[in-house]
Amino acid sequence: MTDALLVRELRKYYGDVRAVDGLDLTVASGECFGLLGPNGAGKTTTIEICEGLLAPDAGRVELLGLTWQHDARALRQRLGIQLQETQLAEKLTVEETVRLFRSFYDKGRPVDEVIRLVQLGEKRDGRVGKLSGGQKQRLALACAIVSDPDLMFLDEPTTGLDPQSRRQLWDLITDFKAHGRTIMLTTHYMDEAEILCDRVAIVDHGKVIALGTPRELIGSLGAEHVVEFALDNGAPPLEERTLRALDGVRVARPLAGGWELQVGELHRTVPALLAFLAERNLELAQLTTHSATLEDVFVSLTGRQLRDE
Amino acid sequence: MSERFADRSLVQLVSVRFKEYTREPEALFWSFGFPILLAIGLGIAFRSKPPDVVHVAVANNGPRAGPLADALRRDRSLAVEQLSSDSAAAALRTGRVALVASPDGVNGVRYEYDDTRPDARNARLIANDAVQRGAGRGDILPIAEQHVREAGSRYIDFVVPGLLGMTIMGGGIWGLGFSIVDQRRKHLLKRLVATPMSRAEYLASYVISRLVLLAIEAAVLLGASALLFGVPLRGSVAAIVTIILVSALAFGGLGLLLASRSQTIEGVSGLMNLSMLPMWVLSGVFFSAENFPRTIQPFIKALPLTATNDALRANMLRGIPLPSLWPQLAVLVAWTVVCFTVALRIFRWR
Repeated sequence: MTDALLVRELRKYYGDVRAVDGLDLTVASGECFGLLGPNGAGKTTTIEICEGLLAPDAGRVELLGLTWQHDARALRQRLGIQLQETQLAEKLTVEETVRLFRSFYDKGRPVDEVIRLVQLGEKRDGRVGKLSGGQKQRLALACAIVSDPDLMFLDEPTTGLDPQSRRQLWDLITDFKAHGRTIMLTTHYMDEAEILCDRVAIVDHGKVIALGTPRELIGSLGAEHVVEFALDNGAPPLEERTLRALDGVRVARPLAGGWELQVGELHRTVPALLAFLAERNLELAQLTTHSATLEDVFVSLTGRQLRDE
Repeated sequence: MSERFADRSLVQLVSVRFKEYTREPEALFWSFGFPILLAIGLGIAFRSKPPDVVHVAVANNGPRAGPLADALRRDRSLAVEQLSSDSAAAALRTGRVALVASPDGVNGVRYEYDDTRPDARNARLIANDAVQRGAGRGDILPIAEQHVREAGSRYIDFVVPGLLGMTIMGGGIWGLGFSIVDQRRKHLLKRLVATPMSRAEYLASYVISRLVLLAIEAAVLLGASALLFGVPLRGSVAAIVTIILVSALAFGGLGLLLASRSQTIEGVSGLMNLSMLPMWVLSGVFFSAENFPRTIQPFIKALPLTATNDALRANMLRGIPLPSLWPQLAVLVAWTVVCFTVALRIFRWR
């Protein structure tokens, strides 16, 4: 069976900026694949090249065994696309919008069914301009699925939404996945990628720096948990060497105003850390722990936070 | 194809164009209400009045003033008052009267007036004629007169074709320009291009919807001015429809060209005003373009709005048939071809 998406040595430069710099991807049929990375990593440029909206400077892109150079018309019929920040016509109703998009495709799903699927049945005669952010995103999704696509591209489908709206969208995407659709999405939310994606590629500076299932990537840290702590102001600086010597610590890394420890077992490391600090009369200002996430994978690969807000 | 007509993409696109338009009440006012209000306002301001009465004064010095005033009053187009010499002089200075007549010498008459003012010279001719006739002068040659006050030569007749031309221009340029740039700004254009939508159908939907709306606008404007002011339509309906159609395509092309690159409403507004301003001033909407110097006449004639206005006026007011209007139609077709060709070449679809 052909791969749903094949990208090789993709490059796109804007002047000196290397937006995409030799990127490789393979997405299998039926897979939900996530492109993860901070803003400006080249995710949107990559996905727009795949969608045929941008021409690459170099590299090869095959979708469903077809290419944009030879099969553009056929490809357009088979893709479902949600762009980042598209504002649909505000004066139209939900139903009119979906009906318009349906009219562009040779085959697809009934308009009523799609509106029901994205749970906009009550709003079908409401103007697009009056919808909430989450409802607009669901309408954008409706326009992407109305053609019953073989391959769907979702560019940051939940950015800017409240937690409840995000969850609703996740349910919808999970549902499509269950129907065997191939989905490629970009996000800078690690939790979103962990929940939705079968595999993720972490992208930074236009390159894939890590690839695998979320579990594999987190597992590659060799640490299940992360401990973050900070000391009172005026405390003498600690050394990485001494922290790494603590029981169960795999990696110690300075953070802004504190330290991050990647550890195997919390119940061994935390008491050891507290005893170590008490021995030196150092006061904790802050101590938090969490299970390792894709965020920690990114930090460990790049030394930077994903979202430098 | 078993596809329902209403589900065809072109039908959907055109119907979306109409919905976007009719759900914008301001747009409805500007395209229908405004030209009619303007026509009514101008029609009232420049309505045909009965011939003006000329005000003259007779200076009250001496016994011959009374008979002089009586002689002048025999001409009904003169309004005569008898004033003291001082008041008469004051009335002349302030322009309340155009001329002061006073007895002079034994049986002479003296006129005081500003010889640089046409109405004063007119007053002198009428007053002198009345005085000389009163003294017994008659016509040497027989005279016959016919008064012509025909629909078609009034100001309202001049201005209605101009307003129609302006409506066609505004509809084409604003109707396409704002809508397309707004869709580009909101990334909707990019989203549409990501579907199998035919780009030709997308542009055609604008042209079709504009033509239909324009047909209604033109019918309303021409109907209202025929009904209210009796503005004539001397050419054939087919001819005026052709002129409107060709003009609409030319301005649609211009609108598309202006909208082909801009990514902001501000940007396209500047371009639209820049292109429309010379035509508002030069193309003879409110006054004849013949008033401008001869050296710039070729430039004025090459403007699409001049061609539209000239063709509309010639056809509506003088009933000149289409074949004789080929220079205007050629200008419009040239604009259409050039604008569409360039616009499609440089159009930014993202």
